Amino acid sequence: MSAVRCIDLCKTYRQGDVDIKALDHLSVDIEKGEFVCLMSPSGGGKTTLLNAIGGLDIPDSGEVWIAGERIDQMSKGELADLRLANIGFVFQAYNLIPVLTAQENVEFVMQVQGVRAAERREKSFAILEEVGLKGLETRRPAEMSGGQQQRVAVARAIVSRPELVLADEPTANLDSKTSTELMELFTELNENHNTTFVIATHDQRVQAYAKRLVRMLDGRIVDDIEQHAA
Amino acid sequence: MQMFFVLSRLAWRYLWRNHRRTIVMLSAIAVGTWAMIFMTALTRGMVDQMIVDGISVIPGHVQIHDPEYLDDPSVNNRVAFSDTELATRFGDAGFTAWAARVRVPAVVTSERESRGITLLGIDPAAEKSFSFVDYDNVDGRFLEGPNDKGIVLGAKLADTLETRVGKRVVLMSQDPDNEIADRGFRVVGLFHAEMETTEESYAFVGKHTAQNMLRIGDTVSEVVFLGEDYRDVEPVYSKVVGLVDDSVRVSRWTEVDTYLGTMMGMMDGFMLIWVIVIFLALSFGLVNTLVMAVFERIREIGLMLALGMKPSSILGQILIESMMLLAVGLAIGDLLAWATIKPLESGIDISVVAKGMEMFGAASVLYPNLDIDDVILSNVVVMILGFLASLSPAWRASRYEPVEAITKV
Repeated sequence: MSAVRCIDLCKTYRQGDVDIKALDHLSVDIEKGEFVCLMSPSGGGKTTLLNAIGGLDIPDSGEVWIAGERIDQMSKGELADLRLANIGFVFQAYNLIPVLTAQENVEFVMQVQGVRAAERREKSFAILEEVGLKGLETRRPAEMSGGQQQRVAVARAIVSRPELVLADEPTANLDSKTSTELMELFTELNENHNTTFVIATHDQRVQAYAKRLVRMLDGRIVDDIEQHAA
Repeated sequence: MQMFFVLSRLAWRYLWRNHRRTIVMLSAIAVGTWAMIFMTALTRGMVDQMIVDGISVIPGHVQIHDPEYLDDPSVNNRVAFSDTELATRFGDAGFTAWAARVRVPAVVTSERESRGITLLGIDPAAEKSFSFVDYDNVDGRFLEGPNDKGIVLGAKLADTLETRVGKRVVLMSQDPDNEIADRGFRVVGLFHAEMETTEESYAFVGKHTAQNMLRIGDTVSEVVFLGEDYRDVEPVYSKVVGLVDDSVRVSRWTEVDTYLGTMMGMMDGFMLIWVIVIFLALSFGLVNTLVMAVFERIREIGLMLALGMKPSSILGQILIESMMLLAVGLAIGDLLAWATIKPLESGIDISVVAKGMEMFGAASVLYPNLDIDDVILSNVVVMILGFLASLSPAWRASRYEPVEAITKV
């Protein structure tokens, strides 16, 4: 069973008088445990594809299946449950909740999932240590650097061990050292926990870690190749 | 429960994210709540006093009359109980107080003026519990017994009649045969009342003296009873009903003085309207605060939705935020109201405007009454209306599409 299956996806946005095809009859299968990198120039459709896979955006036509469940016809509540249980998100702009501390941000998803306080605390401390943020647990996002914030976002995305992690330009605001550390963390999770990663990026360094490169242009897949990761 | 805790923590943190806005809104809610409760306490105090004064002067809590008396309060419609019979029926029944009185319309004439009045023939000892007159604060003296041959007028009436203590006036009414019943009285005292209209309307003579003048033997116009609380007269009413037969009519004070009865009901309605009016003014600020609070965190709402929080939880978060804001504002407003009303419970002198107040029966000293039911009413109404007013911004927040919200700049 595929971790992600997209069949004939179409999505058109209207910008002024112009229709822009973000997804143009796109189909793709991603198996469990794959480490996939989506690449395209700006406007190529990779973020739209990620949003469709994550149930954040509904395609105009076509089907999206996650872990054997068709999600493009689900209600908002069902999609929320699916994201909560199965998908970890890492966004380009960190996207932390500013009124919560680093630890509370990491615990947020687990709290919504209903995980017990002691377990949450234990896991959040462990994951923050794993991403190199030990000692910064009580800091709020405004008190951390961009790299630290992104690591908190990554910690939040992976702390509950989702089957699928979707990352949109996760290294766009990071320096090269932090980017490397982040990608090594992703690789470790992929290899040790069989977590499926789908990462949309321009970053050549990120592409080097991927086992599969999917190149997109104008909403279509133009190249789909396996490679040996770095 | 865990979700409620999560939402509450988020709501509380977001509330204090913009301290200044929250403090301004809290101040508005607190002042609004204070105004609601303070005005309600003043009005409640005024109405309570009007009712208590009104009941003391006329109806007591329960009365008995001839069945025709309330329609035609003339000397023909009397309670045919003798003094002995009255004492037998009611003397040991355990009433807080009771009194039998003659009460008829009459004309009082001095050598210069005449005025229509209500003549009360009373036993001063029995009447003391009902009377608005402070027996010790009378110019001259008050009546000394049911056989007293003097008359006590209101100070204002004496002014109008251009008479004074020691002078004589003539009382004129009708006897049961519709013949003129009149008699000269020496003015022995002038009483003072909170309201000038009361001073102008009543004259007191001894009960037996009045009975003799009106040639009605030992019958009376009415017997009045006092219970513990004018708001709950049913125990007294039931007791009186059990002690009399169908030859008399037993009435609660609200039936005898429909104006006061209606006023008490109207007061509750007025307070509800007052609370709602204040809240409507507050609601603009509340809704604006919530709309702004939602607007400035659209991205974060999108993020929460993207992470798997359900729209209903977003709705709950905004509503909890609103309820917290209201609860804190109400608590401050309640405290403020308590702190300002308590020191004023000994009375506020409004004599400057007392003449105007008298037109609707209020006294010149207001005693604010902080009634816990009024506080609860205003708090509950504000919370319920606040909840309803918050629904719109909360609903809008929960309807955001995560992908659109998360990309908002």
